[in-house]
Amino acid sequence: MSRRYDSRTTIFSPEGRLYQVEYAMEAIGNAGSAIGVLSKDGVVLVGEKKVTSKLLQTSSSTEKMYKIDDHVACVVAGIMSDANILINTARVQAQRYTFAYQEPMPVEQLVQSLCDTKQGYTQFGGLRPFGVSFLFAGWDKNYGFQLYMSDPSGNYGGWKAAAIGANNQAAQSILKQEYKDELSREEAVDLVLKVLSKTMDSTSLTSEKLELAEVFVSNGKVKYQVHSPDSLDKLLIKSGLTQPAAEAS
Amino acid sequence: MECVFGLVGKEFALVVADTSAVHSILVHKSNEDKIMILDSHKLMGASGEAGDRAQFTEYVQKNVALYQFRNGIPLTTKATANYTRGELATALRKNPYQVNVILAGYDQETGPSLYYIDYIATFHKVDKAAFGYGSYFALSMMDRHYRPDMTVEEAVDLVDQCLAEIRSRLVVAPPNFVIKIVDKDGAREYAWRQTVKDAPVPAV
Repeated sequence: MSRRYDSRTTIFSPEGRLYQVEYAMEAIGNAGSAIGVLSKDGVVLVGEKKVTSKLLQTSSSTEKMYKIDDHVACVVAGIMSDANILINTARVQAQRYTFAYQEPMPVEQLVQSLCDTKQGYTQFGGLRPFGVSFLFAGWDKNYGFQLYMSDPSGNYGGWKAAAIGANNQAAQSILKQEYKDELSREEAVDLVLKVLSKTMDSTSLTSEKLELAEVFVSNGKVKYQVHSPDSLDKLLIKSGLTQPAAEAS
Repeated sequence: MECVFGLVGKEFALVVADTSAVHSILVHKSNEDKIMILDSHKLMGASGEAGDRAQFTEYVQKNVALYQFRNGIPLTTKATANYTRGELATALRKNPYQVNVILAGYDQETGPSLYYIDYIATFHKVDKAAFGYGSYFALSMMDRHYRPDMTVEEAVDLVDQCLAEIRSRLVVAPPNFVIKIVDKDGAREYAWRQTVKDAPVPAV
């Protein structure tokens, strides 16, 4: 019965569902996970790298983290080729805004403009929606540090801590238990690493399987910093996660 | 002929404009308000072709309001000034607006500011600015007597000096002026300087 409504992204099924959108969200559930945590002096993003072949020559040091503007970065879960399109439009939007107003684009507006694009594919059609979820980390003068999560339906929301991708529900529930207001950035880094180590399918957490980035303010300027494998290793040792840690859930 | 000028003082900015609506040699009206209150903390004094002036200032005002509704945060004066310049620059290569703008505003973080933007999309952040025939007198008067730490009273005295000079030296001096101020408490009309009232309605 519902099969008839599967192939159209823009048509409701009799039960009032948009199957293609739901399938897209399903696709993200299989992608490498990503976690973001808001702290009082910055935002921390972490991503799980799925492809870790020794032969792979990466063009950049990160495969899931993208800087969108000087004050906004994001981490992706889902189909990377779809994400590239959206990241490009996000960058264009951010630059258009600075061109018009000579000021950095407020983070929520940037997220919203991207979600408008995503939403369009659930209503006006196309072949399929974007199979991508994002976590956006940014700073602006109105609301300070912010963390947003968006999904293929075009929904978005501001979060103190959020997880997308594989095992995001498990991660989300640990975050719910462990998150404290007034976390420092250092504590936030500890928290994301801990949560990721508990929710990742692989047993050991190493720097090859991770990407970690922070957005913070130093000397009045917003900085986006990606940790090098070396500094990641140090962090992992410090938080005691280098040994095959905790049970995978 | 037209006189629009403004200056930044201590914790405020003000804009002065003549209030004559003129066509050819005829004065249609001498209480035409040429300073648009853009939002709670912004003033836009404009000179130029009457229709363009009304159209353009209202267009900017509506877009500033739309931005605020959409995003829940106001545009800063700087953003508004750059937006205004962008609109003029885009129009310049299509069908230009014949409008010159003096934009004054007050922002929490940056305090008062004043922007000079003309119809060919020239953009300057300045302490004092003027457009029109009155500018020759207003600018030299302000060059001589302006200080960045002026109080409202001192600044209005300077404005009166400028008006006195315009009225005594400019052949085509307009009779009436309006002064508007913006500071931390918002944008508002401050005073009028009138030498001509509207023609009285004859008793029947």
